[in-house]
Order: sequence, then structure tokens, then C-alpha cells
Amino acid sequence: MYQYDQYDQAIVDARVEEFRDQVKRRLAGEITEDQFKPLRLMNGLYLQLHAYMLRVAIPYGTLSGKQMRMLGHIARKYDRDYGHFTTRQNLQYNWIKLEDTPDILADLASVEMHAIQTSGNCIRNISSDQYAGAAADEVADPRPWAELLRQWSTFHPEFSYLPRKFKIAVIASEEDRAAMRLHDIGIELVRRDGVLGARVFVGGGMGRTPMIAPEIAEFVKADDLLSYVEACLRVYNRYGRRDNAYKARIKILIHELGADEYRRQVADEFAHVKTLGIDPPLAELERITAYFAPPAYEQGISDDIDRSDPDFALWLDQNVKAHKQPGYAIVNISLKPIGGIPGDATSDQIDLMAELAEKYGFDELRVTHAQNIVLPHVAKRDLYAIWQALDAAGLANANLDLVSDIIACPGLDYCSLANARSIPVAQKIAERFADLDRQRDIGELKLKISGCINACGHHHAGHIGILGVDKKGIENYQLTLGGSGAEDTSIGKIIGPGFDEDGIVDAVERAIEKYREVRTPGERFLDTYRRVGADVFKGAIYG
Amino acid sequence: MVDIIRFRDDAATDQQPVGLAELTGGSNATAVRLESNEDARALLPYLAQLTLIEVAFPTFRDGRGYSAARILREAGYLGELRAEGDVLVDQMLSMRRCGFDSFVAQAPVDRATLDATLNRYPNVYQPAADAAVPVWKLRHG
Repeated sequence: MYQYDQYDQAIVDARVEEFRDQVKRRLAGEITEDQFKPLRLMNGLYLQLHAYMLRVAIPYGTLSGKQMRMLGHIARKYDRDYGHFTTRQNLQYNWIKLEDTPDILADLASVEMHAIQTSGNCIRNISSDQYAGAAADEVADPRPWAELLRQWSTFHPEFSYLPRKFKIAVIASEEDRAAMRLHDIGIELVRRDGVLGARVFVGGGMGRTPMIAPEIAEFVKADDLLSYVEACLRVYNRYGRRDNAYKARIKILIHELGADEYRRQVADEFAHVKTLGIDPPLAELERITAYFAPPAYEQGISDDIDRSDPDFALWLDQNVKAHKQPGYAIVNISLKPIGGIPGDATSDQIDLMAELAEKYGFDELRVTHAQNIVLPHVAKRDLYAIWQALDAAGLANANLDLVSDIIACPGLDYCSLANARSIPVAQKIAERFADLDRQRDIGELKLKISGCINACGHHHAGHIGILGVDKKGIENYQLTLGGSGAEDTSIGKIIGPGFDEDGIVDAVERAIEKYREVRTPGERFLDTYRRVGADVFKGAIYG
Repeated sequence: MVDIIRFRDDAATDQQPVGLAELTGGSNATAVRLESNEDARALLPYLAQLTLIEVAFPTFRDGRGYSAARILREAGYLGELRAEGDVLVDQMLSMRRCGFDSFVAQAPVDRATLDATLNRYPNVYQPAADAAVPVWKLRHG
């Protein structure tokens, strides 16, 4: 894992003091809430329906046991004993007091963490593949590139007041576990003639106008990367729309210009920017890469696992994935208990996950965009002990990628932007499909719920997506089918008129039962939908 | 009397800035104002005659002027580069880094706050239009 040197630490420490001063000026009435708003937003502090919400950055979703423990400590000391893991691989606290935030940031800085650029119209936390460094199918670990981009984008003087927020994802596998093409910039590391470089997609996103990013560059060399991305951003900062916040994302600019014209403008800007010397030497990428060296795996250990405990075997089959190192596995900890709040974890659960990482997992954890936690490097012989500890803490839900592994935004229970509640709908659907045998029979099904058109719950990318809207003062839920955030990226289509809260649960069930009726062996819900088309499902849902 | 915060040793010009259209229409003005929707590169043929370029910030959210400033400095412009309008004290560090060296802000600016803001960060991660050395250069010499 990356570790701060004196420079990184000094920058984060200075940020704590800057925000302490800004909060002091606000509390003393020297600046108005209007003037304070852009300052707090640049630091992940939102004023929500009931309280301040603080979003903590977890760069590319990677953290150590010590960092995870600090998240638990903050939840215990300053919040209501829990935190919420988000689709941006971050963590949010929902009940924060403004006057506590400088101390919280100081606590975070003590473990090399921060809340820099977790909101605001700037370059947000860089996301990545939660299996980075462990997946057999990656061409390289994408995280050093993500860290290079993190440093470049931190307090970038030119790009702090973009037309709108800006999200970057970096992956290095053909299998896309990070919804890469649904980002403002998606980077896929590829090898060409043995050299590692970046395939760059620009202009994807969800929100009210979902778009899949087109390829803008087929291969950018490592020592051109920052110049290239700077050129991409400069064209956007100069020409992205500022007349309408709903049309201000880069996807709209590229849609209006066309990918070819945007590519041409970026090429011109790149030719100029490349002369400015903003790219660090390759030695800097090598310095960062050294921190991500594989852990000291034990060689020659057994791949055998005792499957005699049936509950353990179920969890093993569903939540544990293949690791590139013999004798090791990737453990997914589902934060989706039936009836729970997707992505929430208590302080004690956070501490336990930290402890398991320290004891069994080379001190490393990941947060996934599906709001779960990963222990990326675990010896197979330790899996049973890990499962027992998770089970005792209510964390052994064997539902990864099944219908109850739901992504949901905080919705109207917390969020000031929401039109409808998301959490109760997620809970009702999970309860409807609580029977694990039934879920396993249905198979992989990615169900995603957003409480408003901003799509924080990724409903456009759900095999089944649910969008909450406000219809004359009443919560109403639209159903979309056929979306995907994986390498076969697609945007779900609205299937018909919306439903009330109970109606949407019934509609989801009818769609799933139709799938079970018409599927061919081995076919996922998404595959069946793509094969038979929307009308078959429409008939089943609306009768 | 407008309160100008300047980071230059030379005397401020007393010429009123002309608009971009007047400049490109053949004026020999030495001061010009660039609106936020105007292309900074349109000024490049005139840099030698200019001693003041004023870049408009109609709202603090409109960040186009940051790119305008960098483009002008990257083209070698050494004259006064002024940010005018809804310019907030907490934005002035980024503006200085992009090459602005004078400010005319709508809201009053507390000089002590500004000094603290400009001097708070010991290091920067990326090179820009100022002299700050990025940490990667400090790491690798």
C-alpha cells in the first residue's frame, strides 16, 4: 500500500489547519453560509436533511487495518456508531457536528487519510478495481497509476472550479469491476509491445443523461499520462457548459462536439501542454509502484478447504473469489444483510474487519463500488476462521452479486437532493427474496436503487434498476431493465409506468419470475433480457 | 477608489481596459478585459503591447479564468494579470498558482487571512504558472 512521505503528510496537515481556520471564521460569523458552502464542499462536508454529512476519501478503495480502525473510532466518537460505505469507494458519516470536523480531519490525517475533494466541482476521489493486485486477469496493478493521478489532481490550481464534478476510474483487467466507462474519464491499462500504457475513455456518466464513454485515446504512455489528462480537463474547463448545471458534465460537451472533434481538440491541447514539463519522470511512477509490491505470500501452501460446514460452504461458493497466488483467495464481506441498510457498518463491525485484515490479510482492505468490503489476500487455510468471526458479527451474508446484494443511495432518509426513499425499498426487496436457495437459483443479478435522477445508486447500470421520483408529492418508482456497469456496459431502459413502494417490489418479483421461466441453462438475468427483449418482461410485469 | 491587491513591484497602469473586440479591431490599447466566455488565445498576437489583462469572474463558480491565466502565462505574457469580480480569498492561492498577480474583489479581503492562505501549504503536487516546485521534483531532483 502507498505510504505518505514527508511531503504528502505536510500537505494533508496543512489542509487540516486551513479547514480549521475556515470553520473558525464561519462559526465567528466572519463568513456567511453562502461563502462557506464552496469551502466545506471542497472538503466533503454537506449539509443534509438532518445534519452535516462528512465524506472521507478512500483513494482507489484501498486502506490498512489502522486506517479502518480510525474510521470506526470516528464513528464511535463523533457520529452515531456507524458509517456508510459508498459507491465511490468512500465512507460517509451522517450525523456530524460542524465544530467537530477539524478534529475529525486531524484524526484522519494521523493515519494518512483526508476528505480532500470528496465533493465540489473538482476532480474527485480516483476509483479502481477492488481486486487490484489480487486478480489473475490484470495486466498490472492499476493503483500506482491511480495514486499518480491522486497526487496530480490534489489541489490542482486550474481545475478546482470545473463546470461540474469530475470522476476518474482506473482498471487493468478486461473484466471491468469498477464501471470504468461510466466515469468522466475511464482508464484501462493495457500492454502494447510489452509496454504498459493507458487506454483513455472520456465522457461517460450516469445522472439524468446516462452515457457510455467513447474511447478518446487508444494508448497513452505512462510519461505522457498527466499531460494528456490535463489536456482533457483543460478543454472541458474552457468549453464545458456552465449555463445549466444539468448539462455541465463532460459527457454533454463530448456528446455535443462529437468524440472526433473532442479528440482533435485534446490532441491540439496535448501538443502544447506536453511542452510544459508537467509529467514527472518515470522514476516517480516506479517509486509509487514499489509500495504496491505483492505481499510476502507463503509459498507452497495448500489449496484444500474443508467444506464440511454447509453454511461455510455456501459463503465460500458465493463470496470467495480466485486469487492469482496459489493457496490464497479473495474474500468479499457483504454489507447487505437481509433487512439492513446497504453499505452501513457499525463501529464494532469496522473494527472486526480491520482485525481480520491485520491477522489474516496482510493488513489490507478494499471498499467496493457495490458497497461491500474485500480482504484481497487471504490464505485458504484461514477462510473458515475468518468466516466464523464474520458470522458472529453478522457479516457472513453469502449473497455477493445476488439479488439482495443491492446498491442503494442514502435517499430521502438522509439526502437533501432525494425525491424518494431508497433504503426501505432495498430492505423490502431483500426481505422478499430472503431465502438464499431462491437467490442462488436466480443467480447473478445486480439490482441498484437511486432516490433521485442524480443516480448515486447507479440504477442505470443495474440489471434491474429502480429510480425514485416525486410524482405530485408521492414517492413513485420507475423500473429499468438491462443495464450493466461491467465490461459489457449498457444503460438500462425504462420498462413502463412507475409503481408505489409495494408495487415496485411486486414488479421486481414478476420480472424475476419471468426470467426463471424463459431462461436457458446458465443464462444470467441480464443475458436473458438481452436475448428475449423488453416486451416479454413488460407483458409479465404489467399483465 | 477600487481596492487592488497587487503582487507586482511596477506601478499600476491608469489605463481603463478595453474589450477584446476593441483590441482586435486595431486599438493600440495596453490594457484589455477578457470576459469569462472569451478565448484567451485570441489575445496571443497582442501580448507584446499589453501591460494589463483583466480576467472577469462573474461568479466564483466560473473557473474558466484559471485556464485563461495559465494559457497567457504559458505564452510568455509577463505583464499584470488581474482577476476581477466574485473573487474569494480562499481562491487566491489557486489563482496565484495559475499566474494572476493582482486582484480586484467584490467582497472585502482581510489581508491577514489572505497572507495565511497564501503561505499555508509548504508543497504542491503539480507544476503551474508559479515558481513552486512540485514534490515529484523534490523527490527525484
